[in-house]
Amino acid sequence: MLKTFPKGGVHPPENKITADIPIEYLPLPESVTIPLSQHIGTPSIPAVNKGDSVKTGQVIATGKGFVSANIHSSVSGKVNRIDFALDSTGYKQTAVFIDVEGDEWIGTIDRSKEINREVKLSSEDIIKRCFESGIVGLGGATFPSHVKLTVPSGKKCEVLIINGIECEPFLTSDHRLMLEKGEEILTGVSILMKALKVEKAMIGIENNKPDAIAHIRKLVSAFTGMSVHPLKVKYPQGAEKQLIKALTGREVPSGRLPLDVGAVVHNVGTAFAVYEAVQKNKPLFERVVTVTGKSLSKPGNYMARTGTPLSRLIEAAGGLPGDTGKIINGGPMMGKAVINTDVPVVKGMSGVVLIPREESVRDEIKPCIRCAKCISVCPLNLEPYLLMTLSEKGLFERAEKERITDCMECGSCSFTCPASRPLLDYIRLGKSSVIKMVRERNLK
Amino acid sequence: MSNLLNVSPSPHTHGKESTQKLMLNVVVALIPAFITSIFYFGIGAVIVTITSVASCLLFEYLIQRFILKKPISITDGSALVTGILLAFNLPSNIPVLTIITGSFIAIAVAKMTFGGLGNNPFNPALVGRVFMLISFPVQMTSWPVPKGLATGYADAVTGATPLAIIKEGLKNGESLSSLMDQIPTPAQMFLGNIGGSIGEVAAVALLIGFVYLLIRKVITWHIPVSVIGSMAIFTTILWLVNPERNANPMFHILAGGVLLGAIFMATDYVTSPMVPKAMLIYGCGIGIITVIIRVYGAYPEGVSFAILIMNAFVPLMNAYIKPKRFGEEVKNG
Repeated sequence: MLKTFPKGGVHPPENKITADIPIEYLPLPESVTIPLSQHIGTPSIPAVNKGDSVKTGQVIATGKGFVSANIHSSVSGKVNRIDFALDSTGYKQTAVFIDVEGDEWIGTIDRSKEINREVKLSSEDIIKRCFESGIVGLGGATFPSHVKLTVPSGKKCEVLIINGIECEPFLTSDHRLMLEKGEEILTGVSILMKALKVEKAMIGIENNKPDAIAHIRKLVSAFTGMSVHPLKVKYPQGAEKQLIKALTGREVPSGRLPLDVGAVVHNVGTAFAVYEAVQKNKPLFERVVTVTGKSLSKPGNYMARTGTPLSRLIEAAGGLPGDTGKIINGGPMMGKAVINTDVPVVKGMSGVVLIPREESVRDEIKPCIRCAKCISVCPLNLEPYLLMTLSEKGLFERAEKERITDCMECGSCSFTCPASRPLLDYIRLGKSSVIKMVRERNLK
Repeated sequence: MSNLLNVSPSPHTHGKESTQKLMLNVVVALIPAFITSIFYFGIGAVIVTITSVASCLLFEYLIQRFILKKPISITDGSALVTGILLAFNLPSNIPVLTIITGSFIAIAVAKMTFGGLGNNPFNPALVGRVFMLISFPVQMTSWPVPKGLATGYADAVTGATPLAIIKEGLKNGESLSSLMDQIPTPAQMFLGNIGGSIGEVAAVALLIGFVYLLIRKVITWHIPVSVIGSMAIFTTILWLVNPERNANPMFHILAGGVLLGAIFMATDYVTSPMVPKAMLIYGCGIGIITVIIRVYGAYPEGVSFAILIMNAFVPLMNAYIKPKRFGEEVKNG
């Protein structure tokens, strides 16, 4: 009997149509648009000016404060301008526009193909290198990795958990990475273990990727302290708290961090980026993006430079199908619908999913029949129907007591509702209102 | 871009479940009970069921069309389920006009006055049924003796239900052992060859429906199991204390409307609690109140009243009984 998290969860159709397609390197575009906020935390400060020549891998914006990240040029060329651009979340933010002239990498990057498994840097130097290289969580949350690697005094990390779950439908970028870059990922894991001073790492992979499980299992014997754990398929197993529960049985208390139960979670994509940063001195300026959809003629997994417009990815995947009704940055459960195909690839973009027009519109909203399916699928055991009603009526004090801020917006409630009610839309509204209310209360 | 993209918040996909599909699954789960009812009560079962369903749908349509002036939603299947359940709670020889009156109370009074589907505090079919029981006590308690397809409708031979036999007998000072030859065997009760409402007699058909509902995940086990379990415990205690005055638990569970009520009526989404813990309390309440009415009350059967009484507590339970949240910290430790 395979393990999984005990409460709630749903089984959306997996649609992993690109699982067997190897990663392909995407040609450079004519120009890139690199947003200055590709991570959770303070936006970075530009370090280049209009007209400057930049090389691939050069810092073009520096992290401001502790929770922030450096941003590097993904191409060599000339800075056209620094201006506002629409990003993949639909907001305007500052970005560096670079006209591509070539692909000349900065000299410090080791471009050799050999896999280097010997970790020479000390724990502190690894964390410093992660910050310098702009490493952020590549599972989608984009939390700066050096922050997660810095264990505050008084706390101890007992286990490093590596997230190879990829529970979102359609997405296969982590899956392909595990198959093609397994040894690099595991070296990355050993680097993360050294940085965290932890002896044990658990790699969780859902059972719908038997080839990845077998491959990583074969490689893992050459490393110490690591183990591979196949898990029963269930969305949202890739959510940090659910994964910790599934693998260790520990429950992260409400409003607290994984470290409070002795765990730190990193994604396999992040482990790969850490490997490249530490062993090859290569900053984060490219990532694997799954470009997929039922109507695409050539869906696939592409290694794309940050700043590349989505239109280039879609062209490589066979061009925009005529029936496209929605384009999602990320997976269909938690991803964000983009406004146009000019938005750039960013560090946190694991996939681009094209949804046909007829599937892109929501069903008509019907009355709540109190079937309680939203409660039974909520992995946090909240009452989504109630949170929606409270948000709708503006009863935010009660919504706070009903723990609306625990919601991680996995969307299982809206997915499962037989009356097609927009539960999560209202919960988001309530959640942001409650957070604002609490902030104002704390100021008094 | 001429071809504009849809932009909306996540999730961008929906499980293909709908209210209509859930309701139709309940209808499918009721088919075995309907077939057995025709087998035992003949044409009467068909007449009563069709009348009830048609009048429920018609009243809902008329109210939405002419009084509420809202979009018509009778295709959602909820009035269909109410119609079938109301019919299943009636004797197979009940006059058509009586059924139409009950349907009117169920749909117009118990459901639409509260705002329609999702807003009614009490189970509409049961409100209709109890209204009929109080208003037409004679017609509602003359039960055709099951004689198969030859049972007839208006001219059916009537007799008492097993529960009524016991109630009357005990009132006349008889002991249970002396009534044994009048009440049916457990096998007869399990198969449904007894007097009673159309849909309640065949335990086996209802249990098949229960399994279907569980497999299709329409309902969870909590309410039916807690109703039947609490009844079993309570009646066992009474039976052990005085087997001459209290029937055994097997009899209580197979007789009357316990299975129909526990599986199909108490589990009505709108009028039952939403959290598993509350579902168990609700189910136990129904079980205990049913036994109290049957053993100490004036009526031989109490499932309908028990469910309606517990319906009244549901808003309170929804407000105060909370699931244990993920990561909820235990106070003081």
